Amino acid sequence: MASTFLSRLPFRPKPSVIPGFGITLGLSLLWLTLLVLIPLASLFLKSATLGWEPFFNTITAPRVLAALRLSFGAALIAAAINGVLGLLVAWVLVRYDFPGRRLVDALVDIPFALPTAIAGIALTTLWAENGWLGALLAPLGIKVSFTPLGIIVALVFIGLPFVVRTVQPVLQDFDKEVEEAAESLGASSWQIFSKVIWPSIMPATLTGFALAFARALGEYGSVIFIAGNLPMVSEIAPLLIVIKLEEFAYAEATAIAAIMLIASFLLLLAINILQRWSERREQRG
Amino acid sequence: MAGAASTFRGTAKPVERPGAWIGRWLLIALALLFLGMFIVLPLVIVFAEAFRQGWMVYLAALTEPDALSAIWLTLLTAAIVVPCNLIFGLLAAWAIAKFEFRGKSFLVTLIDLPFSVSPVISGLVFVLLFGLQGWFGPWLREHDLKIVFAVPGIVLATMFVTFPFVARELIPMMQEQGTTEEEAAISLGASGWQTFWRVTLPNVRWALLYGVLLCNARAMGEFGAVSVVSGHVRGLTNTMPLHVEILYNEYNFVAAFAVASLLALLAIVTLVAKTVLEWRLSRDIKHKAG
Amino acid sequence: MQIEIAGVSRQFGNFLALRSVDLTIGSGELVALLGPSGSGKTTLLRLIAGLDRPDAGDIRFDGVSTAQRPAGERNVGFVFQHYALFRHMTVFENIAFGLRVRPRKERPSEAEIRRRVEELLNLVQLEWLADRMPSQLSGGQRQRIALARALAIEPRVLLLDEPFGALDAKVRKELRRWLRRLHEQLNTTSVFVTHDQEEALELADRVVVMDRGRIEQVDKPVQLYRNPRTPFVSRFLGDVNEIDCNIIAGRPVVSGLDTTALGTVHLPNGPAKLYVRPHDIAISGKSDGAGLVRFVSPIGAVVRSEVELPDGRLIEVMQLHDHFELRPLQPGDRVALSARRGQVFSVTP
Repeated sequence: MASTFLSRLPFRPKPSVIPGFGITLGLSLLWLTLLVLIPLASLFLKSATLGWEPFFNTITAPRVLAALRLSFGAALIAAAINGVLGLLVAWVLVRYDFPGRRLVDALVDIPFALPTAIAGIALTTLWAENGWLGALLAPLGIKVSFTPLGIIVALVFIGLPFVVRTVQPVLQDFDKEVEEAAESLGASSWQIFSKVIWPSIMPATLTGFALAFARALGEYGSVIFIAGNLPMVSEIAPLLIVIKLEEFAYAEATAIAAIMLIASFLLLLAINILQRWSERREQRG
Repeated sequence: MAGAASTFRGTAKPVERPGAWIGRWLLIALALLFLGMFIVLPLVIVFAEAFRQGWMVYLAALTEPDALSAIWLTLLTAAIVVPCNLIFGLLAAWAIAKFEFRGKSFLVTLIDLPFSVSPVISGLVFVLLFGLQGWFGPWLREHDLKIVFAVPGIVLATMFVTFPFVARELIPMMQEQGTTEEEAAISLGASGWQTFWRVTLPNVRWALLYGVLLCNARAMGEFGAVSVVSGHVRGLTNTMPLHVEILYNEYNFVAAFAVASLLALLAIVTLVAKTVLEWRLSRDIKHKAG
Repeated sequence: MQIEIAGVSRQFGNFLALRSVDLTIGSGELVALLGPSGSGKTTLLRLIAGLDRPDAGDIRFDGVSTAQRPAGERNVGFVFQHYALFRHMTVFENIAFGLRVRPRKERPSEAEIRRRVEELLNLVQLEWLADRMPSQLSGGQRQRIALARALAIEPRVLLLDEPFGALDAKVRKELRRWLRRLHEQLNTTSVFVTHDQEEALELADRVVVMDRGRIEQVDKPVQLYRNPRTPFVSRFLGDVNEIDCNIIAGRPVVSGLDTTALGTVHLPNGPAKLYVRPHDIAISGKSDGAGLVRFVSPIGAVVRSEVELPDGRLIEVMQLHDHFELRPLQPGDRVALSARRGQVFSVTP
């Protein structure tokens, strides 16, 4: 009885001859708790001390609602664009051989490696009315920098690698024989893609989409330069948190942050479920 | 990568439907156009703007005292943060990859947590803890200690943000390698420490280096979290990304892009190193399989 | 060194890997643990090595309990199924590892280490591979290096987990012979795990047949093959015909098969099972025989045929080519069958 009870407790290992479980797990948990868990918990505790009324008033203020709406909306649109274009890039990188493919493959990671502030000022300059790309759109009456459209551009930039890098390995491992079987049975290229390939890469694409969305939702550095930051129009929620902080309105900043954090956790949960689903799919296939 | 299938794919020349090449090149062109517009051009424009007024102005922007102090603070932060997260990564990866226990996947999720938190919130939590109105604020003021709006805050926020990088690269690699080599070492009489130094660590060295590189790149480039805790005191609590922001907001574009170009260069170097390491990693994996 | 295993049990979650196993392995013996996957043989080997702990029971080396002795202090040479060579070390360094990790006081000098490693490389006949990396070796070479590495610590016991499992058939045969000779030379108490009955019977002094966490039979190879004591052992060691029979007055009765040569058995009247190896059945061609030849294949060392009994059951028979040529069979021939040797087991388990 006792031993089965103990084995059900979390963090009890199966016996092993390899030493160091207690100390390594203990220290990592300690580090994790001090650096990550306590600070995050303090955010929730702080927002709990606000009281329901002020909390509710803060997050339903028009300016806050507008910021949240913009953050979620722009992140959703950007993630959707990434879902499609990321899939395209992954497809091209895995399926086709063309000169410079490896270089292109390495470039996909630029948004991971480039500091967000640098991406922000580069994109702003590029898409400004007198910028290299902005100048092409200006005659059509389309403005990108300093508009919500600019926010989407920045979020597409930072979210791109997520979709490419989740879809790529799945596409790479896709059993070519299944496809060849479909072709020999008379399926057209489009039928092969939509009926044979897509079902097996769909979970990965969705995971990538969710990852890009989660990242876009909290993004700050690349957006604030290009957004123009007009209250009610192009002011994202993370920026509003910073503004509230600068006004020493800690309570309001905390309330908005709590909402964002809960959204992040829900997304994390969804991503975990998606990933498990995706792994199960792969194993079955 | 997947053995026989990919070699086969490499050599097979199936009979294509007529006109299939049009679709292929169309897709390639579309992908390249997109990547060119969204990734290559932003990178190019950083350097183009930085050198717009020539080398002298570029160098002047980098050697100005505030820029130098920003560079120094960035290097200092990375020098503290990266070793800490390296040690954490090794500890966590050892516990997670070499042992079976309940709650393991939950722990992995917790380690990844900082990735899914907005950088602004990562900074905010430290303001809430250590700021003047924060929980430890009064105590810190009594003892004349400063964390927020000072270097310790910058270090803490950066550590939070880059917390998962090393662990995340090591865990899958160490899991894949299993435990038999360690068991062999122990049955041959090696101690736990000897097993770690002589067997485990050499086997994951490339993954480790890769994780350290990514951690370093992010530590040096972090903006949002650091911006919240820094207080933006020129020459004192400004890191390079914050310095870029200030210069840019002052319409000193050339100087902003000059400092930015250093960080862009760091990103490029990181990616080149990553590509080389990935090549070595895949070679190591092949060796193991072969 | 003698190994005593007394009442050892091991459970993984709900899975009983070993159920109170008792076994004594004599000093200098070469013993095979044979069984299908999941029979507990690898678990037992890992328990002997100290890579795992038993839930109950004890393992004694020369009468001394090992319960408190960690793997590194048991002086056991373990050869892993996939060799577990340190992939970042040369062959030389792999073999030297066990010597280099000794506490400073007991560690041999560099010259001594070099001498020992060269001696071992010589023993496994791979001197020229000293500077290679494991990834540059063939499977058979890795196997021998893993063995040399295990031998470097002068183990009192040598444990091998599926030593030939990952090798192709030809290399496997060569290595088997080589290991047999090596054991004769070193005379270290050795235990190896295998699921290949041929390997176990050919190599081991004694074979331990295991199934579902229990020892079914421990015997010399010949005894095991000739006198299997359980239906499982009969089935697991070589081909066997499993025939339903009826016990009448101590004699197994099968319509169409003469069993007089088997003598009487100590079983009550009623249904039972008869296990007869295909080469223990004699064929005589009689036009009024009860068996009908269905299939004949004279390919290989023996002639294999299938004969249908009156109740429709198919019996596999093996004959020497000489016999076959004296009286060739064809599908459709009528034959009489008699069993020369076999075991009868009651049907109730």
